[in-house]
Formats: sequence, C-alpha cells, structure tokens
Amino acid sequence: MSQIEMIDLSKSYNKQKNVLDKVDLFIEEGEFFVLVGPSGSGKSTLLRMIAGLEEITSGTLKMNDQIVNHLPPKDRNLSMVFQNYALYPHLSVEQNILFGLNAKKVDKQEQKRRLLETAEMMGISELLKRKPKELSGGQRQRVALARSVVSEAPLCLMDEPLSNLDAKLRSQMRLEIRRLQKKLGMTMIYVTHDQVEAMTMGDRIMVLNDGKIQQIGKPITLYNEPANLFVASFIGSPKMNMGKAVFHADLNQLVIEETIHLDIDAVTYEIPSDSNVTIGIRPEHLYPGTLNNTSHEIEVINVEQLGNDTLIVFGVGKEIWTAKWPGQWDVQVGEKIPIHIAIENLSFFNSDTGLLIKPATTSKQHEVVTA
Amino acid sequence: MSMNSSVIQQIPTSQIEFERAIKKQRVKNFSKGILFLSPSIVLFSVFLFYPLARTIYLSFYLTDATGVTTVFVGWQNYVTMFTSPIFLQSMKSTFLFVLYTVPITIIISLFLAVIANEKLKGIGFFRTIYSSTMGISVAAASVFWLYLFHPSIGPLNLLVKAFGANEIGWLTNPSWALLSISITTIWMNIGFTFLILLGGLQSIDSSLYESADIDGAGYFYQLRRITIPMLSPTLFFVVTVAIINAFQTFGQIDILTQGGPVNSTNLVVYSIYREAFVNYKFGSASAQAVLLFIVILLMTFLQFKFGERKVHYQ
Amino acid sequence: MKIPTGRKLIFYLLLIISSLLVFAPTFMAFVMSFMSNKDIMTGSLPTTLSFDNYLKAFGQFPLLKYLINSLIISLIIMLGQLILSSLAAYAFVFIEFKGRDFLFFLFIATMMVPFEASVIPNFHIIRDLGWIDTYQGLTIPFFAMAFGTFLLRQNFKQIPKELKEASQIAGIGELKFYLTVVLPVAKTSLLTLGIYGFLTSWNMYLWPLLTTTNDSVRTVQIGLKQLQTQEQLNDWGVIMAGAVIVVIPTLILLFLGQSKLQSGLTEGALK
Repeated sequence: MSQIEMIDLSKSYNKQKNVLDKVDLFIEEGEFFVLVGPSGSGKSTLLRMIAGLEEITSGTLKMNDQIVNHLPPKDRNLSMVFQNYALYPHLSVEQNILFGLNAKKVDKQEQKRRLLETAEMMGISELLKRKPKELSGGQRQRVALARSVVSEAPLCLMDEPLSNLDAKLRSQMRLEIRRLQKKLGMTMIYVTHDQVEAMTMGDRIMVLNDGKIQQIGKPITLYNEPANLFVASFIGSPKMNMGKAVFHADLNQLVIEETIHLDIDAVTYEIPSDSNVTIGIRPEHLYPGTLNNTSHEIEVINVEQLGNDTLIVFGVGKEIWTAKWPGQWDVQVGEKIPIHIAIENLSFFNSDTGLLIKPATTSKQHEVVTA
Repeated sequence: MSMNSSVIQQIPTSQIEFERAIKKQRVKNFSKGILFLSPSIVLFSVFLFYPLARTIYLSFYLTDATGVTTVFVGWQNYVTMFTSPIFLQSMKSTFLFVLYTVPITIIISLFLAVIANEKLKGIGFFRTIYSSTMGISVAAASVFWLYLFHPSIGPLNLLVKAFGANEIGWLTNPSWALLSISITTIWMNIGFTFLILLGGLQSIDSSLYESADIDGAGYFYQLRRITIPMLSPTLFFVVTVAIINAFQTFGQIDILTQGGPVNSTNLVVYSIYREAFVNYKFGSASAQAVLLFIVILLMTFLQFKFGERKVHYQ
Repeated sequence: MKIPTGRKLIFYLLLIISSLLVFAPTFMAFVMSFMSNKDIMTGSLPTTLSFDNYLKAFGQFPLLKYLINSLIISLIIMLGQLILSSLAAYAFVFIEFKGRDFLFFLFIATMMVPFEASVIPNFHIIRDLGWIDTYQGLTIPFFAMAFGTFLLRQNFKQIPKELKEASQIAGIGELKFYLTVVLPVAKTSLLTLGIYGFLTSWNMYLWPLLTTTNDSVRTVQIGLKQLQTQEQLNDWGVIMAGAVIVVIPTLILLFLGQSKLQSGLTEGALK
C-alpha cells in the first residue's frame, strides 16, 4: 500500500545550484523502481529525501496521496538498506534484526515469530547469535535485508546495497532481492550506479544525471530507445558506439566520422540534413561481414575474448568503436576484417541538444520476435 | 507551470502547514542539542566563564581578606605589579624555568620515544617504564626529589662528594634552586611527553621507512629526513603543552622550596597563590592571574595558528 | 624490517640505561619505604627490609581515610567527566542544530583559560556555597571538560552516520540511541578518557590544597604533603611509604592502560 509521487522536487545546499532539479515522478505500488546514474548525479540524495533523512528544499513528496514532506523518517513507514549495511557492531544478529521492532513496541511474541520467519527466509537462522564482525560480506548483507524485511514496512529503500560485494555474490544477491520483493509485494526504490543492476532488477528505471531526470522507462525501452546521448552511452555494456554523422543529400550518403560512408534513402529515413547529427550503434549490431553483405573493412586495434562473445575494438575517425560478435572468432590485432553496418541499426541524435531524433528500427522487430 | 489544477489548489494550505512542521522540527532539534550540552554549558559558565570575568574585575580593585572589593584602583594593581621587584623576579624566574624545562623535556622524551619505537622484544616493558612518571603525582614526585636533593644524606650530594666536589645546596642556594625545580619538573613531564611522541612516531606510515630502506638510506638519515619532519606537528603540539604546563607549575614549588630561597623559585602561579591565599591581596593576585591568562591565551593562539591541528589540552 | 644484531645490541643498551635513569627515583622510593631509618640516615644499603614504615604511616596518619577520599573524589570526577563529555560530544556529532558551530567554538575557547587563572573566584564561589571540605566542592568544578569532549567527538565521528539514520528510520530516539548504540560502540575511548580523568583527578594538588581544611575530605596528595612537613624531614622511610601508597594506584592504572592511553591521547591531541 505504498505509492509515491514527487512533484517538482528540488534540493539545494546553502542556496547554491540545485543538486536535484524539479524531479517529477510517480512510483506504483509494488513496483521495483531503480534510480541509476553516475556518482554525484543526485540519486542518493533523492532516496534520502524520500526516507526523510534530507530536508526537501522545494516541491511536494506524497505517499499514498498524503503529503509527507514534513514527516520524520520514523513516521513514513518505510525501511532502508544502506551501502555499508549500518549494522550495530556491538549487537548480535538477532538484536540487530529486532532493534527497530523494540522501538516500535511490537510485542515479544510477535517479534519472535517475525524473527524466526525472516531468518528462515534469508537463510541466516544459524547466525543469529553472532556479531556483525564475525560475518562475511554476503551474510551481513542478508542481515541488513532481514532487518528491513522484519519491519514489514510496505516501502523499502536501498542505497547501493550490493556495491561492497564481489561480482559473483552480487549477481546472486540481485536475484534474491528481486525474488524477495516480488514475494512480499513491497514497493522498492533501489539506487545504484551500476547499469547492469538497473537493467536486471528494475520494473522501471529512472536515469539521473546532474540532478536532472534523463529518462524514465522500462529497461528494454531505455536500451532500445534512449532518450538522449547520455542514456544511450550509460545503458548497455559495452557502451553504444557513437560518431558524428553528416548527411550528403546530393549523394544520398551518410558519412560517419568522415570515414564510414553509408548509402541511404533520405526519403524513407527522414534525416535532417541541416542540423548536426550524432549516430549511435550497439556493439552487437556491428555484424561480421559476409561475402555478400560486407559494407566496410576495419583495422582491429584490440581483441577481447570473453569465451561466449568476442569483442573487437577498432578506430572510426576520432572514436573507438567496439563490435560484439557471438561465439569465438580468431582475429588478430592489426588485421583488416570485414564488417556489416546496416542503416536500420543506427539511432540518430541531435548533436547540439543530445536528444533522440530517431531510434534504431531493428531492435523493435527483435523485441516482437522474442516476445 | 505544468502542474495539474488539483495540485495547484492543494499547495497553498499544505505548503504553510509543512513549513510550520519543519520549523517545529528545527526548534525540537535545537532544544535537543542544547539539552545534551546544557550540563557542560552550565558548569563552564559557573566555574570558568564567570570566574574569568570576575578575575578581570577583581584586578581593578582592592579587596578585604574575604575577597570583597573595597576600593576601585583602576590600573594601579597592574602598575604596582610591573614595578614590584618581587613580581619582576617572578616573571624572570618563570621564563628561565620555561627555558630550562621545555627543550630538555622534549629532547629527552624524543630520544626515549625514538629508541622505544623499534620493534624489539620486550619493548612494551620499556615503554611502560618511560611513561611511568606520568602516573606519579606532583606531591609524590616532589617528595622523591626532596630526598634526592637532601643536603647531607641525599644521593645527589653523595654522588657529588664522591667526585670530590663540595656539597651543593640544591634547594637552599638561590643559584641552584630553580635548576633543581626544573630537573624535578623535567623528570615528571617525561612520561606524558614520551607517550604523545611515541604515538606520533607510530602513526608515521611504515611504507616510508620501507621505501627508504630499499633506497639504502641509513638510520640517521631516515631519522633526520623522515621521522623528524613527519613528527613536526606532534612536536609542535608537545612544545605548546610543555610551555603551558611550565607556566602552570605549582605543586613541586609548594613542597620543595615554597618559592624560596630569596624568591628565586617564586614562579607565577605560586606567586598568585601566595598573594591571594597567604597575603589575602586578591586584587593584585587577580592582576597576575590576568597576565597568566593572557600569556596562555597567546600560546594557545600560536598553537592554533601554526599548529594546523585543532585540539590540545589544559 | 629486520634489525641487524649489532644495532639491536646498541638499542637494548640505550633502552636499559635510559630506563634505569628514568625509573631510579621511583625505585629508590620503593626500596626506602622498606628500609629502617638508621640505614637511610647512614646512607648504607638496606640491611633489613620490613613493613614497619607502612604500619607507622597508617598508624600515625589517617592515610586510609585520605586514600578513600581520593578514591571517591577521583571516581566522581571521572564519572562526571565521562557523562558530561559524552553528552556534549553526542550533540556535536549527531544532532544538527543552529548555533552548534558557535557552541563548539565556545568549547574550544574554554581550553585557553588555565584553571590557575580563575582559581581565586572559584575558591570564593565554593566558599560562598559552603562547599569547603565537601566532596561536591572538590569534584563538580571539574566535570565539564573540553578535552574530553573533543576526544569523544573525534571518536563518535568514526561511527558511521548510517547507524544514526537506520535508528531514525526505526524510530529510535536520541537518548536511546546515545545510551544503547553510541556509548557501547565507543566504550574503548570512554575507558581511555576514564583512565585519564582518574589519573589527573587523583594527582590534583592545588585545588584540594585550597578547599580542604581538615581530614574529612582531604585527599592523599595533600596528606602526603602533611606527612612530609610534620615528619620534619626525619623519618624518610615513613614519608616514602606514604609516597609509594600514593603512586601505586595510578601506576597500576597506567601500566594496565598505557597502550590505550597512548593511542587515545594522541588521537584526541592531534586529529
């Protein structure tokens, strides 16, 4: 029972430049909502404003249609998981989990029931008597989650909860948190700087940069139709290849970074020839060229063998591009290899405003196919 | 404005309401903060700020034996103070005392800290011994040295006689008494100074020494080029504390010399004590106290200004 | 880092010589306290060792009373300092309010006032309150302590602020957070400050000299001075026995807490 609405929410310190600038957002009940952005983008500040740990400079924050701007954290009925877990070092796991319930005067019987149930769910039943410093990183993480779960708050806030774990544990915990959230049906607001986490966990994602909303949408929408150059380069790994493009209407040719020439039909593609255009193409759309479809030859400057994929790095004008080919390819540095660039895989952006002019069209078809 | 109309209607009343709530929150936080600080603030006011102001006030008055002000004399107490040969002697002794004690205390403590900073077996024992004088009260230390300085049976004079020299009147000869007090004080202060300097040495990043070792730098080169420069903030702190302590010296004088012989060890705090609690001249004693306050204020200020470090103690 | 044997030897030599010199007066006092007066006066080495001096010291002077007084006074001051300093440090670290910086500056300023410079009015205050020869007169003026506040503030700042935030979200009040989280987490530095406070209170000299006029609350330090003046510098064995009794508690405390005290004081002094 927790939906959240933000209207023109802004934050500034000491009347200086806004750290957050007029954030408008609606989060549905039961939604897993991810705030993603580089460090300093204001995502943690926004989360802390929702929690009530930071004052709201201007704008309105509503929970279940009630204005909560002025409410202290304890009256907002939420739980929070911190990056460093914030476990009380002198208390045992059990005491840590129950610390908040004691304060809320939940009766002992009920406390006991919730504790056992939660510990069972989180797989930490054997650890209840230990102190935090006797736990591994993953176990601490679970205790922090358990503390959040046991409060039975309908809204859970998480601030980079996985960033202190190693890669393997992280992907496992991603899954667990996601399952937990669906099982308990709580509303989740999850802050991360890691776009992989955002893509894999979020029902919807909001990309923040410099205190401004860049885009809000489903993960796949952000990937296929990034609203601007920032989102395009932030979402996806390896990141989208970019290049300045000029359209020569007389030749019906698009020239990328003054090196790659593509024949296109201006009428079907409606490319503005007057403004500066930047194109973007996903690494997986730079296909290996076959005998009949090779459009260009490039010189390889680096090869990364990932086992399942092969990343081929090459220069395009001033830019460095990466192609991702499925499977294992025996390619040497310095070798000239054929590739295939298809016009329908290009996304077009206005170089001056950074805004999307036209997304790639093929991805749409793929989406339909896979769906 | 791209808000929908229902929101716009809602804002005016609620805006005021939650601004009031936030203000209330701030007031609450303020009172909480003050509540936590109030015990300290009250006691500081009663036993520190008020007495300080009162001292300054008293320094412009003559008082009776109970401390009640009788006559306003303006700067007269200060004038008398600066023209009194006894007080001038006291100032001179105090400065000489600082000069004798501070550098030697620090040199000895630094030496002890450096040798006790080596990673050797049993080093903890030596550290404990060196810091031990910190646990010895001024009364006990004075009694120890009173015996050591004893003219006939004192070990120091036995030693002097063993070398064929004449007995020294450590505490009775005006030209030796201040030096004797200084020796006692140096010994007493070694423990604390050592402890702080050792802490400073231990906080120096050991990788500095390791890389110097790799470069083949010798022991004394490392001492001069790494240890001393890296220790300089600690040293500065210790110097300031030592000077301030020297100005506040009282107990050892009270037990060893009572300011004598012929006022040669009548350091400033002892002088204040005598003027106030023996002669009951609270006005002129207060004038001396104000001077002491100013000197220590200056020392503290220098510590803040040049020390870069923010804290030290009384 | 490996130390060459030759250098090791030099260090041990220096360490041993220095410790002999530093510890000599204390050691001498300790030995003398067991010696007969005849041995002392003739300057000979001890021929007999006995507890006679201690029995005499306790028998002729209310030394036990002084010891108990000192213990009570030091414990009260220590507790008072711990409570006031930790409360103040908590406010400086965990509560945000207007005027906090100013008050912090005020606390810094108190360190510039030497106690000796304000001792005259302080004496008058205690006298006017009728607190001469009382425990409160000997203890309360020392409760507020800027150094202790700084030391603890330094330590409290190392407690992750997320702990406070997690408590805020859970609805735990300031006092409960202070009592159940901050104090237990910071117990090591509380212990350090406690040792320091006890040591300095036990060794206090000027103030008890001024504010005690009879044996009822007189501390052991002033007792030692009396012992020394009344014995007319004759019975050195008894005087030294008194001195040893005075220093034993603090030396033990120092030996136990030396490493803690060192790191604690350095931290408070230098950060």
